[in-house]
Amino acid sequence: MSAAAATEATLTSQEYIKHHLTNLTVGEGFWSWNLDSLGWAVFLGLVFLTIFRSVAKKATPGVPGKLQCAVEMVVEFVDGSDKDTFHGKNDLIAPLALTIFVWILLMNAMDWVPVDLIPWLISLATGMDMADIYMKPVPTADLSTTLALAGGVFILIIYYSIKVKGFGGFMKELYTQPFGHWSLYPVNFLLEVVTLLARPLSLALRLFGNLYAGELIFLLIATLGLYQLPLHFIWAVFHLLVIPLQAFIFMMLTIVYLSLAHEDH
Amino acid sequence: MNINATIIGQLIAFVVFVIFCMKFVWPPLMAAIEARQATIADGLAASDRAAKDLELAQEKATAQLKEAKVQAASIVDAAKKLEAKIVEETASKAQVEKERILASGHAEIETERNRVKEELRAQVAVLAIAGAEKILERSIDAAAHSDILDKLVAEL
Repeated sequence: MSAAAATEATLTSQEYIKHHLTNLTVGEGFWSWNLDSLGWAVFLGLVFLTIFRSVAKKATPGVPGKLQCAVEMVVEFVDGSDKDTFHGKNDLIAPLALTIFVWILLMNAMDWVPVDLIPWLISLATGMDMADIYMKPVPTADLSTTLALAGGVFILIIYYSIKVKGFGGFMKELYTQPFGHWSLYPVNFLLEVVTLLARPLSLALRLFGNLYAGELIFLLIATLGLYQLPLHFIWAVFHLLVIPLQAFIFMMLTIVYLSLAHEDH
Repeated sequence: MNINATIIGQLIAFVVFVIFCMKFVWPPLMAAIEARQATIADGLAASDRAAKDLELAQEKATAQLKEAKVQAASIVDAAKKLEAKIVEETASKAQVEKERILASGHAEIETERNRVKEELRAQVAVLAIAGAEKILERSIDAAAHSDILDKLVAEL
């Protein structure tokens, strides 16, 4: 953006990118909070819940309105994905999948907001210099957010594994697979724990990696001056694919992992 | 890109959002969708039933129409038979009547003829007497010759 060029003329490209990839943080060490990630995540979650709750309150089994139709399409899509993959009876998984899908979709969609737009608006409103404004509006490009989501899913995986198979059953599963012989139980345990931990880690890192890289490319494009316009457009169009796809993958893998946790071997 | 306390905040937000969604968003939406699905299924079943009913009704109507045609044909037949019978009866009655009228006519004619014959006979007797009187004039005594005249009259 031209405003960026004017205010940050003194910054090199490297510094510009680094500046934009720094969160608005308060606190020290581990006990620091990324206010931008938290704020946008909570705001977008509230947007999702407000819209869906307002539709749910007025939901009629008769002829639905247009908003209700749209919401029902999303709900049916998630419900269909859930029923295709998970065959047990569980009242949590479908709403969990819906929350994950829509919330992540909205958080990912923040990637489309031009990288300097929000800092520029803040500087217009407060008179602060843009170099002093730290604002990373894509919560899913923050590893803390994606790890929190994947961690929530991981807790549920453990919870349902123990609930369905019992603690003994869960331990047996960890020790006796894939090799049946007792002498290989430690090897089994190592392999299974790696498999188990790889699930939330891959969930978190996949989402974070995609969105962080997307953000980074947007920032690189933003340093190109006038040439950024067509490139920015192309990259934004490409994100029509990336943004829903990543939300869908996260949702789908959550359902798959939880249905695996329900399966008794 | 450090992991910091943000993860705790995000986890809390995540849990709260999922619980809210599970309690207040998913059930009413699902209920509405399922209720509508049930309504549509009922409607489709009802239309199926109606189509079947219509088919049955049409079959019934066709059968009734056929039956009515058969009945009509039999009624027409019966009517024709009755007509023929009535014509026949009437003709025979007319015949009888004709014969009766003819017979009575004949009888009347006979009676009349007999009466005329008597009359004529009487008059002829008178004429014969008068003629004989004219021919014979005084020579014949009516009283003396009445037996001959009577015989003549009887012969006429």
